[in-house]
Amino acid sequence: MAQIRVENLRKSFDQFTAVEGSNFTIDDGTFFAMLGPSGCGKTTTLRMIAGLELPTEGKILLDGEDVTFRRAAARDIAFVFQLFALYPHMNVAGNIGFPLKCQGMGRREIRDRVQETARLLRIEHLLSSKTSKLSGGDRQRVALGRAMVRRPKAFLMDEPLGALDAEFRHLMCGELRDLHDRISATTVYVTHDQLEAMSMADQIAVMNKGRVEQIGSPQEVYDRPASMFVADFIGSPPMNFLRFESGLRSGDRAVAFHSVSVEVPEIREDRASAPLALGIRPEHIRFADAAPVRGEVFGAEYLGTTQIVTVDTPHGRLAARLPSSASVRIGETVGLEFQSERLALFDVASGLAVRTANMGSARRG
Amino acid sequence: MADVILRNISKRFDAVEAVRELSLAVNDGEFLVLLGPSGAGKTTTLRLITGLETPDAGSVMIDGRDVTHDPPGSRDIAFVFQQYSLYPHLTVYDNLAFPLRSPARRVSEPIIRKRVEQTAELLHIASKLNNRATRLSGGEMQRVAIGRALVRDPSIYLMDEPLSSLDAKLRAELRLELKRIQLELGATILYVTHDQVEAMTMASRIGVIRDGQLLQCGTPREIYESPSSSYVASRLGTPQINFLPAHLLSDVPVPPGTETVGIRTEHLQITARNGGRMVGRVHRIEHLGEQNHVHLDYKGEMLVTLADPRQPLQSGQEVELRLVHPLCFDRAGQRIPAMVH
Repeated sequence: MAQIRVENLRKSFDQFTAVEGSNFTIDDGTFFAMLGPSGCGKTTTLRMIAGLELPTEGKILLDGEDVTFRRAAARDIAFVFQLFALYPHMNVAGNIGFPLKCQGMGRREIRDRVQETARLLRIEHLLSSKTSKLSGGDRQRVALGRAMVRRPKAFLMDEPLGALDAEFRHLMCGELRDLHDRISATTVYVTHDQLEAMSMADQIAVMNKGRVEQIGSPQEVYDRPASMFVADFIGSPPMNFLRFESGLRSGDRAVAFHSVSVEVPEIREDRASAPLALGIRPEHIRFADAAPVRGEVFGAEYLGTTQIVTVDTPHGRLAARLPSSASVRIGETVGLEFQSERLALFDVASGLAVRTANMGSARRG
Repeated sequence: MADVILRNISKRFDAVEAVRELSLAVNDGEFLVLLGPSGAGKTTTLRLITGLETPDAGSVMIDGRDVTHDPPGSRDIAFVFQQYSLYPHLTVYDNLAFPLRSPARRVSEPIIRKRVEQTAELLHIASKLNNRATRLSGGEMQRVAIGRALVRDPSIYLMDEPLSSLDAKLRAELRLELKRIQLELGATILYVTHDQVEAMTMASRIGVIRDGQLLQCGTPREIYESPSSSYVASRLGTPQINFLPAHLLSDVPVPPGTETVGIRTEHLQITARNGGRMVGRVHRIEHLGEQNHVHLDYKGEMLVTLADPRQPLQSGQEVELRLVHPLCFDRAGQRIPAMVH
């Protein structure tokens, strides 16, 4: 198993820069998710790690060894694609064992390795089945098996669950993570689905326009987003932003939000007056009659345990997550109370988080 | 607007019974959502109401009138499809005006203008009226498709997964919009989907459908809190409701005949060990931001519960389980009412 290190990695296609100057280290045994919208450079980065794309600049190290210009086949990495192409004329065992057969491994050894892989994936009962008879989930498991059977140093996965429907995808997420816990292989997983990344990863790199905006554990990235982009990309519904303009002084514990003073975590930097955004997660909002920030209820969406209540304020629309027992009427005016110690502040021009007691120094790639 | 009543409707395609003795009333001004997996008979039900299919048995009533054998054109229904099929060579305005310009309707141009402008306003696409339909984003195209149904004032709007081809953010936005528009117009809508979030958030009532049969019909809250069967219980709620064989329970009184117990994730509480007999082991903790999903192993069964992200928990740790509001089901999966204390 292996550590993967990426140094100043850059990739341009003609005029277009797909990846600019990424730096990160994926420790041995880590489940590392690269998360971002389409076109953010996550797949290009993955393909460079795999050796399917050559970088314009920078280095890729596998267990400390520079593999930047080594052929894909010589990197000892397994790649799992979104569309799992299985060989239709072979049974499951034949498909899983194929990479070993190509390496010229002996028949008995192949059989043992295929058995072991099938056991890890819990598909031993399918080994002699035709692949055309398999369900979508089982086909995906066989595709994984074909990647695992070589015992590579790392797994690279490009939206392997993208083709599945939402409920089944979540089930497979649990299964992939369980598998990871059993074999502890370094895994780099590319997705545009924040829920997949949050539910499986040890570390998430959130990418935007070819840059890594933040790297951290799921909880870190959720609680302390380094930028408005990250705050908006993670969470469902995402973080709310209320715009205002103000200067900031280090040591202050409140901001002048329009004509109202709103408590925030202690501010740790000085700033001249500029457009700012108050970042509020939906579950950190409560309705309180006396609260000075007010808005009108636009809609309420029942979700069973909780409900999402949308409120229009003069400074933007908010989504609040409230217990489903709370009674809410559309059109009524409500006061909004925020859980002050969990609020974030952003500089609107750069999109970056303002340093506060809650927002230490988030890691950027 | 008007109400629509289906009475014991059945429809078979060769060997497949697509709809089986289905009875359903969509009340005037109601947003009724049929929720079911693909192949459940949702779309067939809609097509039977429009007259695109004729039932083998049963009748369709619109506003008290039996229309079972009327042609589709005379039924006064507007249909919104999953794939927005706009006329690419026409502007947004002309796309919206199209249904009103049908020779069967004879609406005057000034009235058309008024209706189109009102509809565009309602859908927030007033500034796009002169755009070519092909020069819109996906969300805007779907708004126009919905708008083309709204310019008319039909008895009922039938919608077949109109949001499913949009991305998650847009879908969330249009969910809210559609509900607002329905309330503003007092429109009667029958909407079919396989997405439980759409059903929960928009419906006045949800009809859960499977294998052509309507299993339960009620408000989202009724269905979530009081499902009639284990299947219905599993259709609503994320993460899914937990099921435990009744014989594995300790210290939980259940009515006789209970085979399986369903426990919603928020009704499974975990605490430090303190002498209780239901002890599980933390298998994995999923950090989803606003809450953690804790996966537990209890006597070989996997359970999921919700926990505060700041609650200290570790994989492998043993915890005591407490069930609040367990739902009891018999051997056939039918709900057994809880005992009255």
